[in-house]
Amino acid sequence: MGKLVAVTLALITIASAIPIVAHIWVPPADISTHGHLIDEQMSDTMAEAGVCFIAAQLILAAFIWMFSNRKPGDKIKNFPGGAKGLVTAAFLLVGTEVLALGFFGTKAWADVFLIPASANSMPVQVQAGQFAFYFRYPGADGKFGPIHPDKINEANQNIFGLDVDNDPDSKDDIVTAEMGVPMNKEIHLLMHAKDVGHSFYVRELRIQQDFVPGLDLSLHFTATKVGRYEIVCTQLCGLGHYNMKAYLNVMSQPDYDDWLKKQASMQ
Amino acid sequence: MTKPNRARAIAIVSAILLLTLVVTLSQRRVKAAPPEGGISGTIKLEGTAPHQRPIDMSKEPACAAVHKANPVTTENVVAGQDGGLKNVVVYISEGWSGAAEAATATPTWDQKGCQYIPHVMGLDVNQHFKVTNSDPTSHNIHPMPKPGGPNHEWNKSQPSGAPPIDAVWGTEEVAIHVKCNIHPWMSGYMVVVKGPYGISDEKGAYKIENLPPGNYTLTAWQETYGTQTQKVTVAAGKPASANFSFKAK
Repeated sequence: MGKLVAVTLALITIASAIPIVAHIWVPPADISTHGHLIDEQMSDTMAEAGVCFIAAQLILAAFIWMFSNRKPGDKIKNFPGGAKGLVTAAFLLVGTEVLALGFFGTKAWADVFLIPASANSMPVQVQAGQFAFYFRYPGADGKFGPIHPDKINEANQNIFGLDVDNDPDSKDDIVTAEMGVPMNKEIHLLMHAKDVGHSFYVRELRIQQDFVPGLDLSLHFTATKVGRYEIVCTQLCGLGHYNMKAYLNVMSQPDYDDWLKKQASMQ
Repeated sequence: MTKPNRARAIAIVSAILLLTLVVTLSQRRVKAAPPEGGISGTIKLEGTAPHQRPIDMSKEPACAAVHKANPVTTENVVAGQDGGLKNVVVYISEGWSGAAEAATATPTWDQKGCQYIPHVMGLDVNQHFKVTNSDPTSHNIHPMPKPGGPNHEWNKSQPSGAPPIDAVWGTEEVAIHVKCNIHPWMSGYMVVVKGPYGISDEKGAYKIENLPPGNYTLTAWQETYGTQTQKVTVAAGKPASANFSFKAK
């Protein structure tokens, strides 16, 4: 009976590793300059955790196989050092693994979150509110006009609460429901929430950042492939969270210029 | 016939005649008077209507597809080419004393193409209405009457294909803003009044019917420009008219 358990355990271990090793589920297309760092980190994690998992389960299966037919009187050997030794060993092993993963992932983390946007990045503002994302482009003057929350009126399509009549910087601001960006241009995404917590997630960009109400957060990224990608809210924000999304349109520079002009005419 | 019998006979016949008269007269009073007159007129906008911004529904592809050929705009001010102002509700703010029998019709407030149809709906106090969802996506209907007021705010989810929601408002309110939390651009108004009312069409023309003769104060309400009042006298058999003009800001 014990030997059967050992064999079953070994088979389950190997069977569960096959789909991962065989890359049956491929991650979505990587359209970002830092995407490969994230994907490599993911592969490293899978490899490290996978090796440890298979090793642990196969060692367990081996021990079950070897000692399952104990006869009365047989002594059980202890791990060298007893329980204390076992815990210390586990601590060191797992600790090393986690620290290694953290160390190898620092470049990916820093690239996205610690290194500031470059000086020639294009600023785009995003406001997350129950249950839609809206975007704002600064227009020709390169400046975003002030936001007046008391002036927000969705029925009038004044999403950001702009006072176009009294704030000159707001006059050329372009508010859109879709986020258009030119390909291969660094985007500086300025984020704030109108009401509760939300999250900005584009899986192809390998970008995810929570909106915290009251905080002005920012991200930067560079999209490398033309296409239409989903921006989904990944922080439960209420009854419409399941429907909260927008689209990211990555376009060539000329197409982007046309798109922005068309959006400006719809203000 | 003997004298006392004759007197009795006359008394009985007179009593019967009197009773018949009284019953007949009282019947006439109980029967509702036929609709007498009405007020009609035109609502105009002086000046250029403020630019109505196009609505981008890309976050809801099913609705964006419906409007691909004919994009829709906000409806805060809907003015026709000759300046006629649409969606203005004209109602009696003073002088209406008629037995307010709640209208028996049950109008429908529909959600179609991620818009409210109609954009402005008039209702009598205690008149039932039905909310329907004709879209393939869920909506939630969120009327927002005055906070702390007699009409209570409610918010109901209505998935595609769900049965109509029956609702009613118990007190007058001009006007109750309705929105959908899932689709932020959806906006409409329910105007709850006592007595008859009219809503202006694309030409700005409105009509109030079933008004007995009398002196009334009319109020015209538009969602952006607010209200204006006018005193009107309805004479028996003579249709009255009252026009309104709002100044574009």
